[in-house]
Amino acid sequence: MEMEIRTTSVRRKAKTSLTVKAAYILLVLLSVIMIFPFVWMLLSSLKDATQIFKLRFFPEAPTLENYRYILSGSSKFPQWFKNSVIVALCTTASVLFFDSLVGYALAKFSFQGKKLIFLLIVSTLMIPTEMLVIPWYAMARAMKWVNTYWGIMFPGMISAFGVFLMRQFMQTLPDDLIDAARVDGMGELRIFLTIVLPLVRPALATLAIFNFIGNWNAFLWPLIAASKPKMFTLPVGLANFSGEAGSDWHYIMTGAAVAMAPLIVVFLLFQKQIVRGIAMTGLKG
Amino acid sequence: MTLKARKTITAYAFLAIPLVFFLTVRFGPMLYMLAMSFTNWSLMRKIPAFVGFSNYAKVLSDPVFMQSLWNTARYAVFGAPLVIVISFLIALMLDTIPKGKGAFRLIYVLPYITPVVAVSWVWRWMYQPPPIGIINGILGALGLPAGEFLNSTTQALPSILVVNVWVELGYCTTIFLAGLQTIPREMIEAAQIDGANGRQILGKITIPLLNPVILFLTVMEGIQFLRIFTQVYNMSMQAMGGPLNSTKSAALYIYQKAFMYFEMAQAAAASLILFVIIMSITLLQLRFFDRKLSY
Repeated sequence: MEMEIRTTSVRRKAKTSLTVKAAYILLVLLSVIMIFPFVWMLLSSLKDATQIFKLRFFPEAPTLENYRYILSGSSKFPQWFKNSVIVALCTTASVLFFDSLVGYALAKFSFQGKKLIFLLIVSTLMIPTEMLVIPWYAMARAMKWVNTYWGIMFPGMISAFGVFLMRQFMQTLPDDLIDAARVDGMGELRIFLTIVLPLVRPALATLAIFNFIGNWNAFLWPLIAASKPKMFTLPVGLANFSGEAGSDWHYIMTGAAVAMAPLIVVFLLFQKQIVRGIAMTGLKG
Repeated sequence: MTLKARKTITAYAFLAIPLVFFLTVRFGPMLYMLAMSFTNWSLMRKIPAFVGFSNYAKVLSDPVFMQSLWNTARYAVFGAPLVIVISFLIALMLDTIPKGKGAFRLIYVLPYITPVVAVSWVWRWMYQPPPIGIINGILGALGLPAGEFLNSTTQALPSILVVNVWVELGYCTTIFLAGLQTIPREMIEAAQIDGANGRQILGKITIPLLNPVILFLTVMEGIQFLRIFTQVYNMSMQAMGGPLNSTKSAALYIYQKAFMYFEMAQAAAASLILFVIIMSITLLQLRFFDRKLSY
């Protein structure tokens, strides 16, 4: 009896170790597929105009000339890079402030109409961006916001997803702390800024990272809101540049690498928060 | 002033600007577009006139719109299940390995966080015909015939779809992994002691318990593929959704109607048709899963 149990458990162990090995092999193969386009982009960006058309894996004579061109004053990439930084940072700052403010009001105050307001805000999550760009454009034209930073940013100044996230977090805060501050005679805005906000720092970090990534990558609205190359964000600029570059693939791949670089840095710095955040929900609006 | 009054006033003071925002930048535009879809609205005309359903009729009788809806359906019907099945298998594999789970997951998530415009152009470069496209180079080295990929009316749509699958895999895998972690180990161990094999555990425990996750991802990915725009814009010649409209999605059709042909009212009608389709499919998915898989 004991023997029998031992042999089945040995057999099971042998079988699991085989499964584990097979899993590792498949996962490594898959990793190659996932990573390969990035590697190929990087290698292509190190080749010059003639090397790029020779189908060799590694560049014969790696050169940074493409990067020098893309990042120089004769290309518009530095301007687009600047635009993307401005847009991503400003919208993220606004989203952090307003979303936590709304989340706090909805989590920690009881008042008439609270449920309705929450439902109203969350229901906007169901309206995809594609449905709104036409009226937004009409609005931006009427207000003379086309080709301005504000025009690119205004639809993303508050995020319903962020409101939802912050409300969830705020609900876990103890009421006593806030009430004690009130008894001490502290003003409501000061309570929010000096007591509540520091307590929800992890949630703010997640929201900030996600919002930054989402805005950095956004394409459809920035494409419509800016028609002057000077106001393009990086994705719009890259699409425009690549469409006109024809067969200058070495420049296109370098531009793609430049557009990705900040995100890869953010990703490597905040990988834990990003993976945790994704598990909470997605980042595409 | 009572505490209650003070709290109400504070709450509304905090909510004032955001409420104005949601009303003017979300609900207002939606209603405005609905109203304009029944007029001959264009950016040039000062006062639009009511034209009934004629924009809807025009759009629905446009063979290009029908083609774009059909393409959109193909993106969603093939893309969403593909992403979900593959990412589920990846998550199961990641769940069995003792070490390196985090590193693999990191690699799989990378395409999801990088700009879609950039990866679209990288893939477009890889899809180039021989002798410059790397994928055709690899096919050639393996003795396989070259693919036309983005230049073919039959291969272009699957080629773009594959890129979106590649992008979305990491997201779905992460969600599945989080779901798998909620399944109690004891439950699986108890089943193993009772002699259940791997397939039985998968079919009787893992999948039923993951039902809410599968539902969530089906809805999310369904919507994601129905909205496909950036990939098509960047991977087709002149951003036209070609060759011969074979990759044009509904979102790209709407964009072109509005911002290339300036037919704003027709574009508004087309957007609302797409919106209704997305909403009804989402509701259908919710009902289907409710009946079929709930325990």
